[in-house]
Amino acid sequence: MTADAAQVLRARRPRARSRAARVRVALLGVLGVLAVAAAWELYKALGPDDGVVVAGTRVLPRTTDLAMPHTWEMVARLLEPTTSQAGAAPLWLTVAQAALVSLAIAGVGWVVGTLVGVGLGLLMQVWRVAEHGLLPWIVLSQTVPLIAFAPVVRSWGARIEIAGWQWPPWLSVAVIASYLAFFPVAIGTLKGLQSPQRTHLELMHSYGASRWQTLRSVRLPAAVPYLLPALRLGAASAVIGTVVAEVSTGYLDGIGRQLVAFAGQASGDPAKAWAPIFGAIALGLVAAGLVGLVGVALRTYRRGEAS
Amino acid sequence: MSETINGDGVAVAANGVGKTFDTRSGEVQALTGVDLRVAAGEFVSLIGPSGCGKSTLMRLLADLDSPSEGTIEVFGKTPAQARRDQDYGIAFQQAGLLPWRTVAANIGLPLELHGTDRAARAARVAELAELVGLSDFADRYPDQLSGGMQQRVAIARSLAEQPRLLLMDEPFGALDEMTRERMQAELSRIVGESGAAVVFVTHSIPEAVFLSDRVVVMSPRPGRITGVVDIGIGRDVPRDEALRETTAFFAKVTEVREALHGTPVTASGREGR
Repeated sequence: MTADAAQVLRARRPRARSRAARVRVALLGVLGVLAVAAAWELYKALGPDDGVVVAGTRVLPRTTDLAMPHTWEMVARLLEPTTSQAGAAPLWLTVAQAALVSLAIAGVGWVVGTLVGVGLGLLMQVWRVAEHGLLPWIVLSQTVPLIAFAPVVRSWGARIEIAGWQWPPWLSVAVIASYLAFFPVAIGTLKGLQSPQRTHLELMHSYGASRWQTLRSVRLPAAVPYLLPALRLGAASAVIGTVVAEVSTGYLDGIGRQLVAFAGQASGDPAKAWAPIFGAIALGLVAAGLVGLVGVALRTYRRGEAS
Repeated sequence: MSETINGDGVAVAANGVGKTFDTRSGEVQALTGVDLRVAAGEFVSLIGPSGCGKSTLMRLLADLDSPSEGTIEVFGKTPAQARRDQDYGIAFQQAGLLPWRTVAANIGLPLELHGTDRAARAARVAELAELVGLSDFADRYPDQLSGGMQQRVAIARSLAEQPRLLLMDEPFGALDEMTRERMQAELSRIVGESGAAVVFVTHSIPEAVFLSDRVVVMSPRPGRITGVVDIGIGRDVPRDEALRETTAFFAKVTEVREALHGTPVTASGREGR
């Protein structure tokens, strides 16, 4: 078997990133953030106070401390108390708490959206008529502007009361987030379920395998490489949906409302307005990271095609 | 050779089989007037140029397509019934392994689908892995194997349920010549041990002669059988490198080549493929 062993050594292996490569990626990430900060400060130092105006339209922003606070001021502001009231929590904590609330809501929206999306994808694969009947509506659903139906969802939710249980306002936000999240998942699932090679399907046919067996043994595993990017897109959509829905339904505890509220205080405290923006960015990164863990758990199904 | 249709002696019986495909440019006759008998335990190769319908014929036997005319019986049943009864095992040119399953899990797939219990499955998989010489690689994934090893996994999988008939569509077509010759010798041994009949699609003359009891020569436009060559190298003769050097082997290669070209091959035409 030495010949076989040699062949195995030569055969492709799943790519495992070395430690050095991982460090390099992290360094590049940090460098990117520093480059953005440097560009910001450079423009602030060299640009005219009134920005750059071309034919009556301002194409580059004002460089005053009001419009563009120094990056270090933004960071320093995070460590100061949120308000001048005695005993106020530091700004970073206030933002982090709001971001966590939004993360939880986005998480619920993502889970619901994923379940609905996978369900629709399965339905469309198993039942061909459903694909022709449903797919146009699924695409159409995403053309409805979010701010148009967000108040509708809220007012419907407010009327729901089942045996003493009242529809909480955060659930309206989660429903709207799921409305955005389900779309990429449904499309990705359908595409993935339709992706198996003909040989694999014919093999299952030759085994006299049932539809369910084919689905479980071939179609679902083959769908994983299509499903994972869809889940990532779904997570990003859920986060955006949560932030926008918080604003348009008037939900007070999340990062969305904080973005609006702190922006209103920008004339007196310009650096503060940037804190929830950083919070929203962190929220998106954490959401993407959590979905990345799903990819790690399913890595067996991401092996390169063998042939 | 037995000619009875219902007896145990006949693995495959095709009578007047034709197949037409509807394509955009009109009807294409892929097969016409095919009569073929394969006895139980017999190794029959289908050989011919591209478009001669050899793969189509195999797909009809496997119930992956249905004939436009004529009848096919596999062990006296319709191909659909034979498929449901798992009377045949199948291997394609692409190994067709599921990339997310280990070697063992790929070999055991048909057993798993048909409800063989875990212990019996593990025992059978170990036996098959041993048979194709991959015992040390049972826990590997297909992308960690060479093409020849992947094809051996596919052959082991096709043998999992001890079928009486093996249908193989150019299983060694994607392998290099060295690996290919080794695989031919191994297949001959494995088939000898299993006692299964084989219908083997190939476009290599030496491969067909080396493996077969009979070689069925086919011709395109429309796809049909134009000749049958009895190889007559007994099963007791070991299929090894020595066989490839014998005069009898060369004579049969020439005979199949002549049947393929439809004319006796002269000395100048003997340079080979």
